Amino acid sequence: MPRVLIQFAHPALEGSRVHRRLLAQLPQREGLTVNDLYEAYPDFDVDVAREQALLVAHDIIVFQHPFFWYSTPPLLKQWEDLVLEHGWAYGRQGRALRGKQLLHVISAGGREEAYQHEGYNRFTVGELLAPLEQTAHLCGMQWTPPYMIHGTHRMTEPQIDEAAQRFRTLVEGLCDGRIDLGRVSRYPTLNHAIKAADAGAGK
Amino acid sequence: MDGGWLWQAFAYLAAAVVAVPIAQRFGLGSVLGYLIAGVVIGPFAIGVLGTDRQDVLHFAEFGVVMMLFVIGLELEPVLLWRLRHLIVGLGGLQVVVTGAVAAAIAIGIGVPVRAAIAIGFTLSLSSTAIVLQTLNERSLLGTAGGQSAFAVLLFQDIAVIPMLALFPLLAPPGAAAPADEHGGTLVSHLPAWGQTVAVLVAVGIVIAGGRFVLGPMLRQIARTRLREMFTAATLLIVVGIALLMGAVGLSAALGTFLAGVLLANSEFRHELESDIDPFKGLLLGLFFIAVGASIDFRLVLAQPLAIVTLVAGIVLVKFVVLLGLGRIFRLSLDQALLLALGLPQVGEFAFVLFSFAGQQGVLTPAETGPLVAAVALSMAVTPLLLLVYQNVVQPRLGARKSSDREPDVTDEGGAVLVAGFGSFGSTVGRLLRASGVPTTVLDVDSDRVDFLRRMGLAVHYGDATRADLLHAAGAARARLIVIALDQPERTLELVETVRQHFPQLTILARAFDWQDAHELLDAGVTHVYRDTLDTSLRLGADALRLLGFRAYRAHRAAQRFLKHDEESMRELTGRRRDGSSYVSAARQRIEDLERMFEADRAEPALDRDSGWDAESLREEARSI
Repeated sequence: MPRVLIQFAHPALEGSRVHRRLLAQLPQREGLTVNDLYEAYPDFDVDVAREQALLVAHDIIVFQHPFFWYSTPPLLKQWEDLVLEHGWAYGRQGRALRGKQLLHVISAGGREEAYQHEGYNRFTVGELLAPLEQTAHLCGMQWTPPYMIHGTHRMTEPQIDEAAQRFRTLVEGLCDGRIDLGRVSRYPTLNHAIKAADAGAGK
Repeated sequence: MDGGWLWQAFAYLAAAVVAVPIAQRFGLGSVLGYLIAGVVIGPFAIGVLGTDRQDVLHFAEFGVVMMLFVIGLELEPVLLWRLRHLIVGLGGLQVVVTGAVAAAIAIGIGVPVRAAIAIGFTLSLSSTAIVLQTLNERSLLGTAGGQSAFAVLLFQDIAVIPMLALFPLLAPPGAAAPADEHGGTLVSHLPAWGQTVAVLVAVGIVIAGGRFVLGPMLRQIARTRLREMFTAATLLIVVGIALLMGAVGLSAALGTFLAGVLLANSEFRHELESDIDPFKGLLLGLFFIAVGASIDFRLVLAQPLAIVTLVAGIVLVKFVVLLGLGRIFRLSLDQALLLALGLPQVGEFAFVLFSFAGQQGVLTPAETGPLVAAVALSMAVTPLLLLVYQNVVQPRLGARKSSDREPDVTDEGGAVLVAGFGSFGSTVGRLLRASGVPTTVLDVDSDRVDFLRRMGLAVHYGDATRADLLHAAGAARARLIVIALDQPERTLELVETVRQHFPQLTILARAFDWQDAHELLDAGVTHVYRDTLDTSLRLGADALRLLGFRAYRAHRAAQRFLKHDEESMRELTGRRRDGSSYVSAARQRIEDLERMFEADRAEPALDRDSGWDAESLREEARSI
């Protein structure tokens, strides 16, 4: 069974409605590790050895974070810079991450329609995440379209609960090996892939 | 009898072990316990003690010598200098006025003038041993009254010397020739100026020795790492000084006190104190037992009214004089009462002076007999008088005084208790308060407590190491306790109290150096904060910047160093726990430093942000 590592990055979790609920819904189970980066490294002093050991010990790496200026919160970038060392994660000798899956779970205030070429944000989420996709590629990791939680600004409490429930189902599916991330790359987001699979199962 | 002295030791120890805990249990204090033990095993009750109790008394007086050494160790020269007005003024007046009044009364009841003078001045002395032990036990030594009492006692110890010199002059012409048992010193055959020079030389030797010889000597001995060697050296210092002082006719207690003051600033202060402490305690106990045993109950029973009147008269005269002088020296009423109720007994030097005066023919045995009994009884009364002070005077007068007020016992609770609100604790407290965390402060500075109260903080006045005060401050409901006291020993004490009574509280403790950080970690505290660590690292980082390092690199180096230092610290604690050999604190600090440097050598990489280092990338690029 695949081992799942959630790398969680949120600089102000206490003020977040969505991520707090997402985390609270996560199951406590064998094979699932949640690494709260802002809690572990409030001074951005990332413990490289610890982080590399965590990566090695897991198969599916999930970056869970809000979408800040179309990218990750700064600590996650600091983490990438320091942890993904040349000769370890990439380069001729860098093979430590080969074959692992990388998945982003992103919350965004704007609605899905805004992330279209003709929309307010002019680019799709997939396009905006290109640097991260290439990072995964360079490290020999398998890139997965992101799992999006759109429109958080207007979410009602029941809607947040529903989103948290769906997120829990997703994580349990990953942990149980029921979701094959290898077959979703043609969808723009993981949400689309899941919807298609549900529709297929419903028929 | 061969086992004679063992049997005696057994009797003394058994009496102490039985009587003192019982006395403590009833709140009477250890001194009264020892005295009662002495009475019980003395010749007038069970009668275990034989004829040699005067020898025991002499031997046990060494406990007083050791006590003054320890007091000296706790008293830095600066503090002594600050007390000089009290010592000379209050102490001097006390001896002169009490002596004169007592002598006048004696003359009034028909004692010859010369004898009356000797009696009066002997009675003006108080008991250093009993007063200091009792005040210390009841934590009253630090108060204004306690400090005054200490100053007076110090002057009295000095005053014994001229008294011994003066008594022969009081002998009526044709009286017994001086047998010179007590005054017989090595220098007594010298002319007066020669004796003075000898005294000055002896004091000079003690001062120079304390300053320049003892420190290096102790350092050498500490290096042997044999604990008993250090104890032996400590005893050697005390005994040596006592001998030297005795040779020139000075008080041994005074000499060791001086040596103690000179060593007060040395790094060995705590070792010396803890090494000598058991000896001091036992000898003092022995001394009190001997005093108890020497109370001549036959004499008391033969003329009970006379003796009781004598004791009451002595205590009353001394009490009135002390109270009056205390007020003149601007002590508040409750502190003046503490002084007056603390010192109205006659001191142990009276035994020496009376027997000396007897030999000189100043006093007759018929006069000294009742006096000696009265002296011993007045000593036994002292702990009782201090009980009166604590139970009657203090609650009425003291509560209003800010310096001695009772710990508050209101029941309120905060999420965090902060013990000690000096510069360290107040910064912590302000941050918590600014973050909206309910905080309760415990502090012993009454002015600060008043101020903080006005600022609307929940503040408790009192000694944070007391479980009842912690309880009143809401320790049972709080989540954290921040220990920001400025004495490592108190911090450890508080840690123990908290772990015993409030195990649910998480402890965050301030430490000063590695030594007490180690001790705190050993005591099971996981959150230990060395006082100067973060500040010194910030300074270090700024130094790097001023040398031209980029700010972020200096910052990262300091971050790394903090982590590295904390790790080495914890690792070292584990290693120190293995070694059982005794090392002096100073030696230990050097060894710690050595190990720290070793650890630094093993891991010099403060600059380990290789993710930002393109060197390996460049190499790979070149090789393609």
